[in-house]
Amino acid sequence: MSDKPLPELAGYAKEFYAWCRRGDLRFQRCSDCDAWRHVPREMCAKCGSAEWKWVKSSGKGTVFTWTVAERAMHPAFADAVPYAPVVVEMDEGVRLVTEIVDCAPSELEIGMRVEVAFAKVSDELTLPKFRRMP
Amino acid sequence: MKDKACIVGVGESAYTRDVELSKSVLAIQLEASMRAIEDAGLSPKQIDGILPSQYGPTTEELAANLGIEELRFATTVHMGGAAAVASLQHAAMAVSSGAAERVLLVSGWNGYSMQRARNILSTNVTVLPGGAIARDYYMPYGLTVPAQWYALIARRHMHEFGTTQEQLGAIALAMRKHASLNDKALMRDRALSLKDYLSAPVIADPYRMFDCCLETDGAAAVVVTSAERAKDRKHRPVYIMGAAAAHPYPADEFTNREDIFHTGLTDAAPKAFAIADVSPSDVDFAEIYDCFTFEVLQQIEETGFCERGEGGAFVEGGRIEIGGELPVNTHGGLLSEAHVLGMSHIVEAARQLRGNLGKRQVKGAEIGVVTGWGDFGDGSIAVLRR
Ligand SMILES: [Zn+2]
Repeated sequence: MSDKPLPELAGYAKEFYAWCRRGDLRFQRCSDCDAWRHVPREMCAKCGSAEWKWVKSSGKGTVFTWTVAERAMHPAFADAVPYAPVVVEMDEGVRLVTEIVDCAPSELEIGMRVEVAFAKVSDELTLPKFRRMP
Repeated sequence: MKDKACIVGVGESAYTRDVELSKSVLAIQLEASMRAIEDAGLSPKQIDGILPSQYGPTTEELAANLGIEELRFATTVHMGGAAAVASLQHAAMAVSSGAAERVLLVSGWNGYSMQRARNILSTNVTVLPGGAIARDYYMPYGLTVPAQWYALIARRHMHEFGTTQEQLGAIALAMRKHASLNDKALMRDRALSLKDYLSAPVIADPYRMFDCCLETDGAAAVVVTSAERAKDRKHRPVYIMGAAAAHPYPADEFTNREDIFHTGLTDAAPKAFAIADVSPSDVDFAEIYDCFTFEVLQQIEETGFCERGEGGAFVEGGRIEIGGELPVNTHGGLLSEAHVLGMSHIVEAARQLRGNLGKRQVKGAEIGVVTGWGDFGDGSIAVLRR
């Protein structure tokens, strides 16, 4: 069994995941027009500004869509099937690919309310995952 | 651009799924190229433009082998599965501007016998333009291959519009039926029923096994020249009435699109029809890039053959089968003929418009559409006529 693929901790990905390691889900937010964005970019696509900050997210969102992988298409996930990559739409409007930790794939529903639940992978990496909101 | 360029030659290598028959990608691309050049009644030295695929041999290797001494135009379109039809657009622009006179398009791979097609991106997703985003934000969650990316869009479509598994099945069954009429189709003898379709293993819900394209060895090629030069060829010319290609926004990350169904084709299709000065209702058949069943349904909608959300109903009742209102993928497509990165769709469209395709000829075919879909939703489309 090979290792699971990991993000390359460089550039903005390094910063994004460094916040996660500290238990903070942050997205870039434009300093000029206040637009949130994910994935990280150099510029604001809405207004063209290069000024931005990492701003703390509410951590709350809604399941936008999902799939259930029943066949591992990467050897590192052979023991994980069936598992469900999910797209969550944050209350701030940005969407991210993630996983719902306390929900069997068969119970997933579009519109389900979820909140961030950090999952430590190693000393260097913590992934933002989600759990059902009470 | 309208009617200024024509497809005058088409050809393929053998299509195989057999490690024993494996040849190099260069060898099978040259095999397909020579067939297309011969079909055009040309000698390879007369080719002065090449549009090679981003996956495979370079222009330089192809030209050196073909003995092309005067190469005046060469470019590569980086749009994955949308590249073949986008390359057709580039070829039409090249010959109508005079940059080149006889242009060769070729693509193909050893998707079965060498690295299996499914493993190419999961091994190194950064071969994709923008692939670093997938590496950093998709892959850690096991979202590792196109089947899984696109399944997310398919699931959302089912949620918003009530599209059903059976409707995706109707697409798989239509392609399989068409393959039975095509001697080159690798699935020609493998009948498929709805029961077979529904009981097949799930790959990435809602995609089951028969929602996913084949992995095959093979190459296909097309020769394009100006309308003037196209006269007095071996075969009747097939005119490129209009062609367009587009990237969705953003092209390198699909989950944050404001409208997740807005792909490159959404912008490219109206442009191509405007250039061609016809509308989707004038089209007699369509060869639609069918990496997975839902992408056929989505492209039917975004091309404008029906409204968004109506694609599920559209593909039912034999409407996309030969004899139906809009026959789709009359060769069997990537799902049931072979997967050579979209070039085979252009080959089939040209043959339909030449006529005399036997059992699978679309009766009275005058105008055909061919599309491409690549990467995270890049799109391309050409409107062709006899
Ligand atoms: Zn801004």
